[in-house]
Amino acid sequence: MLTLLFDGVAYGMLLFVLAIGLSITLGLMNFINLAHGAFAMAGGYTLVLLMQKAGWPFLPSVLMAFAVSALLGLLLEVTLYRRMYQKPHLDQVLFSIGLTFMAVAAVDYFVGSTQQLVQLPEFLKGRTELWDGALGMGHYRLAIILVCALLAMGLQWLLVHTRFGAQLRASVDDRRVAAGMGINVNTIFMATFAVGSGLAGLGGALGAEVLGLDPIFPLKFMIYFLIVVAVGGTSSLTGPLLAALLLGIADVAGKYYVPKLGAFIVYTLMVLILMWRPQGLFSRGNT
Amino acid sequence: MKTLLNLRALFIAVGMCSLSVQAQEVFKIGLILPMTGQQATTGKQIEAAARLFMAQNGNTVAGRKIELIIKDDGGIPDAAKRIAQELVVNDKVGVLGGFGLTPLALATAPIATQSKTPMVVMAAATSIITEASPYIVRTSFTLAQCSVAMGDWAPKNGIKRVVTLVSDYGPGIDAERFFKERFLLNSGQVIESLRVPLRNPDFAPFLQKVRDLKPDALFVFVPSGAGAAVMKQFLERGMDKAGIKLIGTGDLTDDDQLNDMGDGSLGVVTSHHYSAMHPTAVNKKFVEAFKKANRGMRPNFMAVGGYDGMRVIYEALKNTKGGKGGGDALLAAMKGQIFESPRGQIFIDAQTRDIVQNIYLRRVEKKDGELYNVEFDVIKEVKDPGKSK
Amino acid sequence: MSAVSDSLRSRAGARWWEFAIWLLLLVLPLLLPKHSLLISEITIIALFAMSLDLVLGYSGIVSLGHAAFFGAGAYTAALFAKHINPDPLTGLVFATALTAVLGLVCSPGILRGSDLTRLMVTLGIALILQELANKMDQITGGADGLQGVVMGPVLGYFEFDLMGQTAAWYALAITLLVFLMLRKLVHSPFGFSLKAIRDNRLRAQAIGIPVHARLITVYTLAAAIAGLAGGMQAQTTSFASLDVFGFDRSADVLLMLVIGGTGWLWGGIIGAVVFKTLHSMVSALTPQYWTFWIGLFLVLLMLVGREKLLRPWTWGRRS
Repeated sequence: MLTLLFDGVAYGMLLFVLAIGLSITLGLMNFINLAHGAFAMAGGYTLVLLMQKAGWPFLPSVLMAFAVSALLGLLLEVTLYRRMYQKPHLDQVLFSIGLTFMAVAAVDYFVGSTQQLVQLPEFLKGRTELWDGALGMGHYRLAIILVCALLAMGLQWLLVHTRFGAQLRASVDDRRVAAGMGINVNTIFMATFAVGSGLAGLGGALGAEVLGLDPIFPLKFMIYFLIVVAVGGTSSLTGPLLAALLLGIADVAGKYYVPKLGAFIVYTLMVLILMWRPQGLFSRGNT
Repeated sequence: MKTLLNLRALFIAVGMCSLSVQAQEVFKIGLILPMTGQQATTGKQIEAAARLFMAQNGNTVAGRKIELIIKDDGGIPDAAKRIAQELVVNDKVGVLGGFGLTPLALATAPIATQSKTPMVVMAAATSIITEASPYIVRTSFTLAQCSVAMGDWAPKNGIKRVVTLVSDYGPGIDAERFFKERFLLNSGQVIESLRVPLRNPDFAPFLQKVRDLKPDALFVFVPSGAGAAVMKQFLERGMDKAGIKLIGTGDLTDDDQLNDMGDGSLGVVTSHHYSAMHPTAVNKKFVEAFKKANRGMRPNFMAVGGYDGMRVIYEALKNTKGGKGGGDALLAAMKGQIFESPRGQIFIDAQTRDIVQNIYLRRVEKKDGELYNVEFDVIKEVKDPGKSK
Repeated sequence: MSAVSDSLRSRAGARWWEFAIWLLLLVLPLLLPKHSLLISEITIIALFAMSLDLVLGYSGIVSLGHAAFFGAGAYTAALFAKHINPDPLTGLVFATALTAVLGLVCSPGILRGSDLTRLMVTLGIALILQELANKMDQITGGADGLQGVVMGPVLGYFEFDLMGQTAAWYALAITLLVFLMLRKLVHSPFGFSLKAIRDNRLRAQAIGIPVHARLITVYTLAAAIAGLAGGMQAQTTSFASLDVFGFDRSADVLLMLVIGGTGWLWGGIIGAVVFKTLHSMVSALTPQYWTFWIGLFLVLLMLVGREKLLRPWTWGRRS
């Protein structure tokens, strides 16, 4: 049972890191970016390619995954996304789906469609059993939990205790007023989008081992990211965190205890939560 | 209404005329493969194998030029059916081939029957497929063949208590059923049977459950391409260290992915009809040529199914002198074919139109620095148990 | 007052090109018999897209799970034909009715919350139905799909042929009927009240429009039409598999609708034709990487803007 909880938490933390960029982008720029999964995929493939083709060790590759995705996000924001801000939501959805399609096909073309396998460094392999097997912790998942927890705390600190964070929160609350107060909203958007995409890439790299990595990764997992953002709301950091943890634990526990129902449980849970609290579980109440 | 009748009659007449003119024309082979989506690797392997066969054997048979048409069904049965219909009606293919998953083959079966077009199943592996249409011939394999072999081997090697884990669709259910039957017959015990959804499977919770049940071994069937995820979870949960053996059908240690699975997969025993390391001259030649033509990609059992499928088609064309007599004659020429494939000797049973082949027991070992399924035992000429009842 | 009602009524009249296009569509199976299958598939999807337009374009409800109703209609029609009566029209009526009930039951879910909430709730419902169909594999055939559906002839006379001609005409006829009905509907006071709700719900409520009742009605109607489309799909292909509920299907129809333009019934038809034809052509050229080119098309379309793309003389001019 405890092992399940552990697995669920690890899965949830991973989802959090993957989805937080989407939540911030949605809340800040009011842009539904369905291509978010593609940035995650970019990070995952950066990791795999660096390790397999260039022989890089694990940790630097993970950092590079963040950097590459962030850079990619930056470039795309400045060149393409910026033109789409004023357009209606539906057009944004279509645009980002188009980008995703292109990414999926491009990766398939250049790398191939087989599942990519990550060779973990020795210190991350292995498992610790506590209390006579009642709690089994894979070292890799343990590492994921730690890293994601640190990231979450770091992000929180960034949002609350730095000037940038304050400007970001102001822009999310009311863009026009923030611009009126002299905050350079464009730069904030650019930086935030880059960081959000970078985090997605980091999540994709860390998750390659746990979630698998193939060209259709964005399409497979987009639903989960959307669930985290919808249930968690876009107005805080803790909202998506708790939503992701809830989702992770529910998914793992559901598949264990009632394998016949599997993913059913997650979807039903989500629909019920959203019907009860349409603003998301942890939102402040205004859309 | 009369005009409608006349029009339809006209179309049918034109269709039949073109059929008889076909003998001098190009012979088209329509391959319906999942080139995108979850089973994309299957499509890629079969396409590569088909093209290799044509490159090696030329594209003219019995005086007719062969044209290969490849269509993507994305793994969706509706699409497969429509594409099959279009291929038959518009492109006037003489043979349909491919079919990466059971639902795709089953959806297309009525088209084959209605249009009297032979359908060569090169990948899908559920026993009932050949019964869905009298025009279906299979060159892949059936899960029943492999599972039964494992159900015999396991009890003889110290495995008494097993949990089965299969993907929840035709072949998976076949694998579970036939393994269980044979295993129970040999006084084994199946503690639990788990089924994982076919789409987007997440193996972690299921494998955790298996761990908690503490069997002697875990028997797995998952479609080609998903084996790596299972292996990963198996190792991550320390199941090998907990004394649980991993056994299953060869789809688990798919040659396509095996080398990337890492040393944790050493020692895993599987039962299957093809290994890239099958030690015959024919296979060595096949593997070398395949690798050369495909950037070092290793052929897997899907490729061999495609390769042999093309051979069956070519041989049938030769025997009917270029397809004289239409689909029925071609079908008759496909039945009873016997030849040496890269996997070993195979023949197409004339009664069931299914493939009869050797099933090997293999262990994962390292050869020349790469991981391969090394055969250590063989059960010869296994007919599909799914039908022999 | 009369000037307003006059202007509203003038837009309701059918324009000449609408007649022309429909005439063309109806004879298409004659002109292009080889593509009858594609024609029937496009027609059915166009109908599906039109039903989504009711919900999305006219009422402003974002739905990523409209396939729930499409799938429900498909399986109902297929099961009906298999177990009760192979007559297509009876089956269609049954499927439509059942799906309407389903729509009614699900409609409370879309009344509250933001766009994202509605997106997720509708998506969730579609996925739940997909899982249900998967689990009840004794009835539905599960992941292998429903086998053994044999359709009777339409009106007792026209068999569903291999070439797809009957299917094409069947689909076209029914779609035309629904189109005419919807046309009347969107140009009626009911239709205008929907647009009012879409544009500003609070204001609509303030002038006394029963918002919830209207939304529930339109959602149920849209569900019924989607079920109709799904039923036709199952009947013309004699097959139903889990993909009818899939996210891909909901996403595809949304894509088509946005390509063609929401808020006018032709959007669904145009979008379906453009997207499907493009897909068919590109897929023939490159069966493996067609998603790239479609993706590129979408990105360009959205960047440049639909109106600009359709008017080449505006390219190069700054908007």
